[in-house]
Amino acid sequence: MLGTIGKESARTRGASLPDPEKTRKSFTWDIAEAMLDGLPGGGLNIAYEALDRHVAAGHGAQVAIRWLGKGDDRRDFTYGDLAEQTSRFAQVLKMHGLNRGDSVFALMGRIPELYVAALGTLKAGLVFTPLFSAFGPEPIRTRMEIGSARVLVTTETLYRRKIAKWRDEIPSLELVLIVGETAPDGCTALAAAMAAAEPVMDVARTQPEDPALIHFTSGTTGKPKGAVHVHNAVLYHAISGRYALELTPETIYWCTADPGWVTGTSYGIISPLVNRVTMIVDEAEFDLDRWYSTIEREKVEVWYSAPTAIRMMMRAGAEAAAPYDFSSLRFLASVGEPLNPEAVVWSNRVFGRPFHDNWWQTETGGIMIANLAAQDVRPGSMGKPMPGIEAGIVKRTDGGVAELGNGDIGELALRPGWPSMMRTYLHEQARYDKCFVNGWYLSGDLAMRDTDGYYWFVGRADDLIKTSGHLVGPFEVENALIEHEAVAEAGVIGVPDETAGEVIKAYVTLVPGFAPSEELERSIRGHARKKLGPAVAPREIVFRNTLPKTRSGKIMRRLLKARELGLPEGDISTLETDET
Amino acid sequence: MTHDDARATFIEELVKVAPDLDPEEIGDHDHIQDDLQLDSMDVLNLVTALHTRFGIEIPEADYEQIATPALAAAYLVAHTAKLAGEPAHPIS
Repeated sequence: MLGTIGKESARTRGASLPDPEKTRKSFTWDIAEAMLDGLPGGGLNIAYEALDRHVAAGHGAQVAIRWLGKGDDRRDFTYGDLAEQTSRFAQVLKMHGLNRGDSVFALMGRIPELYVAALGTLKAGLVFTPLFSAFGPEPIRTRMEIGSARVLVTTETLYRRKIAKWRDEIPSLELVLIVGETAPDGCTALAAAMAAAEPVMDVARTQPEDPALIHFTSGTTGKPKGAVHVHNAVLYHAISGRYALELTPETIYWCTADPGWVTGTSYGIISPLVNRVTMIVDEAEFDLDRWYSTIEREKVEVWYSAPTAIRMMMRAGAEAAAPYDFSSLRFLASVGEPLNPEAVVWSNRVFGRPFHDNWWQTETGGIMIANLAAQDVRPGSMGKPMPGIEAGIVKRTDGGVAELGNGDIGELALRPGWPSMMRTYLHEQARYDKCFVNGWYLSGDLAMRDTDGYYWFVGRADDLIKTSGHLVGPFEVENALIEHEAVAEAGVIGVPDETAGEVIKAYVTLVPGFAPSEELERSIRGHARKKLGPAVAPREIVFRNTLPKTRSGKIMRRLLKARELGLPEGDISTLETDET
Repeated sequence: MTHDDARATFIEELVKVAPDLDPEEIGDHDHIQDDLQLDSMDVLNLVTALHTRFGIEIPEADYEQIATPALAAAYLVAHTAKLAGEPAHPIS
């Protein structure tokens, strides 16, 4: 194990949480409530907490978003600008006859309109769902169907490439807003509609338990699950950003996550704006020199990134970082999958600060377990539970769970009740109920707690795949594969990869009449990429005559994985047909 | 190696990484990420494939220089020539 990185008092003196142990003991939710204003006259609305209240308090001229376009484009949006733009967006929804609770989906890259759409939707009291713009048409369509999308906000390119063909087959979809001045037939140009709308609007008087956001997450079996979050989540967005990410007013903050995933919404839109920081938003994808120069030029103070990117920096070596000035950085954090200890130590050497790993899920809505500024870092550990969060390691027993002790490996569980916890899976109450046993929320992740209370990730308890920080359900990938004319059956697993954590590998059997070939492998992989997009499609496909299956016909992914990794095969008593 | 050879080999490796692309429809100035939709793992896999094929290391800082077929062909011609200790062929 790599050595603990101690926090000398000089560095932690300015920490938002100078004595985490003490705060853990004394914490009450009143502390979080005191960070918010609430709607004048009653109610709670995330957009008001993120924008309008800052304008009312005289901070309208502060830069909220410094947007860096793919080229050299650089545009500033103040809190005042965003408050006005989101009001116009909310008016556009209202003028089109949409109502509180209707669902608005967004599919676009990190362009300014995405941030306006997210907060404008919340301001109008509608429910916002971001989609990852690199998704292929199939994951997009499935999510829009489950979420009964009434509105889609997207760009013309993405619309033509991924939506136009099947748009008419989504009966709930009434309005497609296209970023820019023009729009294809049947769509509405967003810029023109916004220009025609009033620049002020009464914020919808939402109540704390009104739905605000739906984030989709993958399941091991069945369709993706829509985790429903409410406006009250903003309490936790506010306080966790302050405690775990050191977001204080006017901090220059860069979250590299895409808002198509939960991190990019909770900590790439809501938490930073509620904490009145200046956010850097970079439209471009990872590019080493671009990233390093962004930190130097923009004087980034807090940087929240992900293991895949950090490992890419490590590959390029300390020399690539040497020409840059990183002295503005005061806190670094990482999320998405466990950050390997070497990367923590490396970052401490190269940036003068270690990346602080933290752990949470779509379902939890916010950071649950974290390495904090004023707490020693044990490289490889996800840290300790946040104030207000009670975690445990449990084992499932017949009809219940039993809590395990320090040093035991079991399922990571949380005591429900924090404000940003999901309230249901959309239309799937039974699946939601299954997550809770004996008063614990069961995360599906295996972990261990050491004697000092630090938590260590061990693996997934199920077949879900973590690739480049994205959680991918094997079922969704398998379904797309078997739509290829040559594929009879498919089993999909994640195999370890030093950069991406895991990459997706598929085992397929063929329909009679087809024979394995390099050409066929590419044809199937090409098909999957078209359907699913590059992040979700397999990087490798191998052919088998048969796949290992249980008596009930379920493909045993666990066995495929154990064999791939050369691990013991475990209990194979349910194996009916084996792999050949 | 000529520019055309380099371009053809680049496209060959590109469609192995991203078989959803039709080689006939790839334009000389299509950006592999912005236009052809490769993600960063695809780019890494492409760089690895080019390394195996040509024996050249492409450092992270040079990725923008292989971002389109036209750029990549010029880059590969110049760097394989350097490897062989010959002056680069003029780019046609």
